[in-house]
Amino acid sequence: MKSNTPQFLQLFIILLIILGLTGLALSGYLTSASRIVVGPIVSAQTWIAKRYQAIQSLITQPEDINTLRQSNAELEAENSRLQVQIIELQQQVAEAQLLSTLVDYERRHVENEYVAASVIARDLSPFMHYVIIDRGSDDGLRKGMPVITQQGLVGNIAAVTSGAARVQLINDPGSSINVILQQSAVEGVVNGQITGEIELDMVSKNATIQPGELVLTSGLGGKYPANLVIGQVVTIRSEAYALFQSASVQPAVDFSQLEIVLIVTNFQPEDISPLVPVPSNP
Amino acid sequence: MIYLVGMILFGILAILQSTIVSRMQLINGTADLILLFIVAWALQDKVESAWQWCVIGGLFASFYSALPFGTLVFGYLIATSIARTLKRRVWKAPYLAMLAATFIGTLVLQLVSLSARLLTGVNIPIISTLNIIFLPGLLLNLILAIPVYSIMRDVAGWLYPEELEA
Repeated sequence: MKSNTPQFLQLFIILLIILGLTGLALSGYLTSASRIVVGPIVSAQTWIAKRYQAIQSLITQPEDINTLRQSNAELEAENSRLQVQIIELQQQVAEAQLLSTLVDYERRHVENEYVAASVIARDLSPFMHYVIIDRGSDDGLRKGMPVITQQGLVGNIAAVTSGAARVQLINDPGSSINVILQQSAVEGVVNGQITGEIELDMVSKNATIQPGELVLTSGLGGKYPANLVIGQVVTIRSEAYALFQSASVQPAVDFSQLEIVLIVTNFQPEDISPLVPVPSNP
Repeated sequence: MIYLVGMILFGILAILQSTIVSRMQLINGTADLILLFIVAWALQDKVESAWQWCVIGGLFASFYSALPFGTLVFGYLIATSIARTLKRRVWKAPYLAMLAATFIGTLVLQLVSLSARLLTGVNIPIISTLNIIFLPGLLLNLILAIPVYSIMRDVAGWLYPEELEA
């Protein structure tokens, strides 16, 4: 019992000291003292930790560079693939818009039957304004059928094979179309030029025509259906010695940008050549 | 083998001409790749298949053109004969011969094409044709003449290798 009392006192005193220190710490009286003790420990810990991290990164860095290079190559490949995909999608969007306008045209002109075709080639000779399309007699195409876009008349089919057809454009020098002006109802003939332009000719000297008038097919001659848009009158030439007036016409179709065209398949051109009188020798 | 190479070459050239080159116009004139390759082939030493390649190229071109059939073959044959004549006379300066053959060949081919159109009843003003088709086409052909000649010289070297003397 005698030997237990001092031990109890020691424990009690220790508890009192702990409680006292805890109380002092909680009340903030030990802050400055703790800084003095903890500061050097934290500095030493920081120094050792930084050195350790430096050594660790020195050992593992080559691996990271290889990983980064590989990752970079993969990302670059992915980037290239996505860029190609973007270009393809942009092309598809442009094509879809074009097809959409052609479908709209078909809906607005339900009286006709159409076959759509892509322009796949142009004539090799600069003297010929012809294009080749990727549809032929297997798709119901026949010689003479009119070819149009949503903007207006493109030309007619000059030759057909089973899988392709050759289209004579209206700006070919050999092309000649009977037309009528929408506002003034004046008739004339639109001829193609070697320059790729089209010209209105054979307009009566008495007729009054205005720039901006819409030029439409008249249907005369049976080569084209009536009321297909050809273009607009731009400048009129009326010379004193000439028998007829003429005018330059801005085509409705941009022939340099032809991609997709429609062929009117339910129109059969009439061959009126037997009816044309042949001049007889006296 | 040589004819097969010619058919493949002119098949590819006709496709390139009708899809790309015919859209790359200077005013209204275009380069004529088939003419250039025919002329360049005819100017190569040791080449004996110049006439055959000329006919192959002409037939391929005729498939893609609405000109009366045979017009282009006829034009290319004249161009080949000019090139063969020049080869004999200007053999020391092949590049000069190439430029001369291209110059004359282009004019001849365009004259033949124009004549074919005029004969079929199409009215074409000759003076404006000279300005918008003849001269631009000539310029483009002359620009391409030397590179095409270099290509065909390599092709000739491949098809007709030098024989080693024993």
